[in-house]
Amino acid sequence: MIYFDNSATTKPFTEVLESFMKVSSSYFGNPSSLHQVGGQAEKLLSQAHAQIAKILGVKTSEIVFTSGGTEGNNLAIKGIAMEHRGRGKHIITTEIEHDSVRNSVKQLEELGFEVTYIPVTKDGRVNPADIERAIRHDTILVSVIHINNEVGSVQPIQEIGTLLKDFPKIYFHVDHVQGVGKLPLDFYRYGIDLCTISGHKFHGLKGTGALFVKDGVRISSLLSGGGQEGKRRNGTENVAGMVAMAKALRMSEDLRKQKVDQLRQILGTIKSGLKQIPEATIHTPETNEAPHILNFSLKGIKAEVFVHALEQEGIYVSTTSACSSKRNAPSKTLIAMGVSTDQAESAIRISLSYENTLQEAERAVKAIQNSVKRLREVMK
Amino acid sequence: MMYDRILIRYGEISTKGRNRNKFIDKLRKSVRKAIEEFPNAVIQADRDRMYVLLNGEDGIQVSDRLKKVFGIQSFSPAIKVEKDIEKMKQAALALVNDLFSEGKTFKITGKRSDKFFELDTNGINHEFGGYLLNRISGLKVDVRNPDINLQIEVREEAAYLSAETIRGAAGLPVGSSGKAMLMLSGGIDSPVAGYLSMKRGVEVEAVHFASPPFTSERAKQKVIDLTQKLAEVSGQMVLHIIPFTEIQQTIHKQVPANYTMTTTRRLMLRITDRIRERNGGLAIITGESLGQVASQTLESMYAINEVTSTPILRPLITMDKTDIMDIAAKIDTLEISNLPYEDCCTVFVPSSPKTKPKLEKVQHFESYFDFEPLIEKAVNDTETIIVKPGMGQQLEEDLF
Repeated sequence: MIYFDNSATTKPFTEVLESFMKVSSSYFGNPSSLHQVGGQAEKLLSQAHAQIAKILGVKTSEIVFTSGGTEGNNLAIKGIAMEHRGRGKHIITTEIEHDSVRNSVKQLEELGFEVTYIPVTKDGRVNPADIERAIRHDTILVSVIHINNEVGSVQPIQEIGTLLKDFPKIYFHVDHVQGVGKLPLDFYRYGIDLCTISGHKFHGLKGTGALFVKDGVRISSLLSGGGQEGKRRNGTENVAGMVAMAKALRMSEDLRKQKVDQLRQILGTIKSGLKQIPEATIHTPETNEAPHILNFSLKGIKAEVFVHALEQEGIYVSTTSACSSKRNAPSKTLIAMGVSTDQAESAIRISLSYENTLQEAERAVKAIQNSVKRLREVMK
Repeated sequence: MMYDRILIRYGEISTKGRNRNKFIDKLRKSVRKAIEEFPNAVIQADRDRMYVLLNGEDGIQVSDRLKKVFGIQSFSPAIKVEKDIEKMKQAALALVNDLFSEGKTFKITGKRSDKFFELDTNGINHEFGGYLLNRISGLKVDVRNPDINLQIEVREEAAYLSAETIRGAAGLPVGSSGKAMLMLSGGIDSPVAGYLSMKRGVEVEAVHFASPPFTSERAKQKVIDLTQKLAEVSGQMVLHIIPFTEIQQTIHKQVPANYTMTTTRRLMLRITDRIRERNGGLAIITGESLGQVASQTLESMYAINEVTSTPILRPLITMDKTDIMDIAAKIDTLEISNLPYEDCCTVFVPSSPKTKPKLEKVQHFESYFDFEPLIEKAVNDTETIIVKPGMGQQLEEDLF
């Protein structure tokens, strides 16, 4: 099996599962319990906080554990909106956000907030100057995705963060779900106030994630409860999941340091293979692109048909983002980039992890070329 | 960041005459420990300054670690270039371009210890200033208060370019002033006292008194966490945990309530002194601040101090609580100290301890009971752990 759908989810590392099992069985206590069993669980939880904070280069108190990317994005956006609505009700975001951001601000619109959606260029990138122009006296939040999950375009986070430093009352949230372990961000230097990561995108488990909330930034919690995670995320903590995520992040960062160039090389191999297919159009930009995501269309071949054709060869890719692929809607990111609806409907996404190899890429290229040849005959 | 090295200027070390090499060696060790995580970085030390050659390691992260190392006056990320004006110009342009944004001003501070270099100081300033002004549009000169101060230093072996000077933690390298025992309670003050002593070059070992079940495992963990914070400065720290329950219960039975605090402190000091002797220390450090609590009045100190002639260092003695808290926040111990677990001082505290205990009285009360066997036992049963910064104290290493 060649698994090329790592932006949908990754396979948990064996070592990560071992940690999860071990903590779930030996340290099952509630971290809030006073006795030893609870104390050990609390200790593990605080070590998980410390390790994740250290890898991300931030303070332990700035890490809030969540259930994943969707919760992180919701907590950041609604948490800021609810806490600071007295000061202003204007939010700026982009046209190429993940649904958890897009629909969070949509929901806020219904509650009387105003949202400006910044368009992107044909390279799938926002222009920081557009964001600056959109700023109003009542703007409280700017939320931008780091690496777009559908096409892999990298947004100018540093430039946006730098320009926002002149607006200290505006909070800056970054959806870093696709970026973590691939393209690190320097949170402090880029002026980031909130940042979302999700465990299962880097070989951790589903249901685990973290939100960075910079010291001094106040957010409302979405769930009312017993005051866990510094009152920012109530509910008994998923200790085993968080320990597992801490380990997954450490292992992914180790891999990034050794293998990120190799990852680009593997993606490059697939890209050059695609370029030899006349029907193929590559949507992922040539510059400012992620090392692990490649999006392309095959003219005249429906995306869904092609996904299943590759599946027969034991190769797993996706149409658009996993969340929207079942709905059969064309990728909003591609539409925002000015790609025609026809092409957007036939878009395929390949997304890699450090576990993929060059051999897999070569095999996949051959399989793609063969499938196109076969389908071309049928579709004509 | 395009820097390839970090230039470190020594603090007081430079004035240490014949001991200078010893100090430099201690500093080199401190720096090595502080940047342990960056295996490619190489340290070069000479009489006047030290260089950390980054060899591809992240300059910003290395700088962050250096900020905490005692014995460093200041440091500057720098680039080494050949003494070739063209090459130096290119490096200067790249460096200033990296730092420049619309509206920023700059100046050039030339320095020349190689007197054979073709340009003198003024020449360097002019040549490079002109070059940069021509190539970066919008760049302006401000010699008084520039945003970017580009320092160009031409030395015998090469030229060094740097654009910022970052203040170090000053003080003396850890371990250059001998060893002392820190009485670490878990409160706000004692970690600060330890930190300030380390700043003056003292190698610190922590001593903590635990009274289970009156104090919990979490209280002990809190002390380990505090020790871990302090260990970030020195690379590691020894922590002695003294089993104190039996002694405290005995004091409770033997001594009148309003004198239990005084006797408790005297016994803690005796035990700490014993630990100090065994580990080759020369002093005891406490977080006492005059008048803060009942045990910290001059009368109390007089009655407590009588049990030993070992020097007791009290770095916080004249400081106000708010100032102490400021330092605690700066060294990241405040948050840990504020956690609400009972320690052995709070559990057994009498409702009205003597603020002016009399030495004769406390001696009299203690004379009815021989504490010596209990002290000996506590010292022998002491748990000693070596605490390292980061993740060293895990339940199970391989979980993470």
